[in-house]
Amino acid sequence: MLALDSLLDNLKLWSTEFLIVIIKVLVVFVVGLVGTMLMVWFERKVIAFMQNRIGPDKAGPKGLLQTLADGIKLFFKEDLIPDRSDRFVFKLAPYLAFVPAFLVWSVIPLGGDFSNGKDGTVVIFGHATKLQLADPPIGVLLLLALSSIAVYGIMLAGWSSGSKYPLLGSVRASAQMVSYEAALGLSLATVILVAGTLSTNGIVVAQNSVSRWHVIATGVVPFVVFLIAATAELNRPPFDLVEAEQELVGGFNTEYSSIRFALFFLAEFMNTITMSGVIVTLFFGGPQPIRFGGVNLTLSFLGPFAGTVLFLLKVMVFLYVYVWFRATLPRLRYDQLMNLGWKLMIPLALGWFMLLAAFRVGQDHGWNRAVVGIVCLVVLGACAWLLSYASKVSARNREREGAMF
Amino acid sequence: MMELFVFIVAAAMVLGGAIGVIVSKHPVHAALSLILTLFGVAVLFVAQEANFLAAVQVIVYAGAIVVLFLFVIMLLGVDNAENLRIEPFKIQRPLAAFVSVAVFGLVVTAVFVARNANTAAKGNGLEVLGDDGAPIHDGNIKALARDLFSDHVLAFELTSVLLVIAVVGTVLLARKPRKADLQEAGS
Repeated sequence: MLALDSLLDNLKLWSTEFLIVIIKVLVVFVVGLVGTMLMVWFERKVIAFMQNRIGPDKAGPKGLLQTLADGIKLFFKEDLIPDRSDRFVFKLAPYLAFVPAFLVWSVIPLGGDFSNGKDGTVVIFGHATKLQLADPPIGVLLLLALSSIAVYGIMLAGWSSGSKYPLLGSVRASAQMVSYEAALGLSLATVILVAGTLSTNGIVVAQNSVSRWHVIATGVVPFVVFLIAATAELNRPPFDLVEAEQELVGGFNTEYSSIRFALFFLAEFMNTITMSGVIVTLFFGGPQPIRFGGVNLTLSFLGPFAGTVLFLLKVMVFLYVYVWFRATLPRLRYDQLMNLGWKLMIPLALGWFMLLAAFRVGQDHGWNRAVVGIVCLVVLGACAWLLSYASKVSARNREREGAMF
Repeated sequence: MMELFVFIVAAAMVLGGAIGVIVSKHPVHAALSLILTLFGVAVLFVAQEANFLAAVQVIVYAGAIVVLFLFVIMLLGVDNAENLRIEPFKIQRPLAAFVSVAVFGLVVTAVFVARNANTAAKGNGLEVLGDDGAPIHDGNIKALARDLFSDHVLAFELTSVLLVIAVVGTVLLARKPRKADLQEAGS
């Protein structure tokens, strides 16, 4: 069976190992929910701060319990199912959106002891374990699989509503998510190439100092592509055409109400958190201490929680970045979105992957790095010129022919 | 015991999905049943320790191909039940019956012939062992990659060429002829 966790070998019912695994499952679940609750509050507060408002401040200290209040309110609302909807699919769709969002948590290393090149195992009740729910050999491929499954929730929600605007929203969403998944996968491939492993734990172990963080080791470009593609994959601003209020009423979830709407809402915010976690894991060393030259920020006074705190601090940065995007950037037009995805992100990610692969091969064969670099630049430059020339020609043809449809 | 349980559940998923594809009148429901089948197959792959195949199965088939099916169904608005009485292609149904019987016979024969063969034991072939005799965490994937990019690299490259040809062909077929070309043909 899938080698998920060393604790699961020879597992006996109600033994200590069994209880540890159960506790890990519960912790991941609860942390996910509470994190989402705090994220909604954080986003509203930060946006309010950027727009010179106060934001939610009535429920609980500083409005912390606002999300809880909203959630309870949603639970008690009437649950509507439109007359023309496909009832089974309509009920199924929120879960299809919600479950993948949760499952991504299971492969992200949430903490552990990575100081001095250790591999992140900690000892709980006399059993060595990693502070992540599962460490499957396919690791990050599971992330890709789940993000491709997440499309179904949105797609089927829009279709099953039996209404025009949700359908338009979901067609937009599925086209967008499928397009940007390619860029996401290609920039992820560079990380796999540099780390030499698919396992998320292995990827974190490979980044044991700041200069070996993959954001630097892969040369920043894959990180930028990944960040943009992830934002598009999350349907967050400036890529939130899925629910462009001015055009589509509310997008794919227009017909949803009550608890089903709450599930979509929850999935969206949880995806934001998990994607930040994924970015930190892939490019910023996850729970690794920040080791740069002589500086060694391990937060060792926190003991076993140092890794978790470092991970959370890094995730917070990206959560802030996502809110910042939303407050700053205007929404893209649909053709701009597709042009950016297909004509810039995918070729860039692919070209960069080839460049890194060429350097890898050159290293194995002992070729001169400068020569490899120059040859690669010439080839990639020629490809880029061809691509831009081709799109220029097609744009000119379109202009001459008028609209195709 | 565990393996038997997993097999029964996964096989039920595969068969249920396959029956659903045929029985459901609505194209979207058929596509959803197909996803169920694909997931069942992925679970069977995992049970056989072919983790990479399972991941690729989900990413490529469930994540990309069926999404495109659904996308086309939604975009073209063919999401109404087909009238089964209309038969656009006369020989299709007898041919389908013949092929399904033939495939069933093939599977039964294969099972019958291979009934005495040794089943793969754990760690046999799919689980790659390191120098110290312990299984490598992702050795399976590394072994697969080494095989694919060394011994079978020609077949691999030819397959990718085939895919490129398919894409180019689709673009050519789907392209509307330009107005200038039509005028030239007309004059």
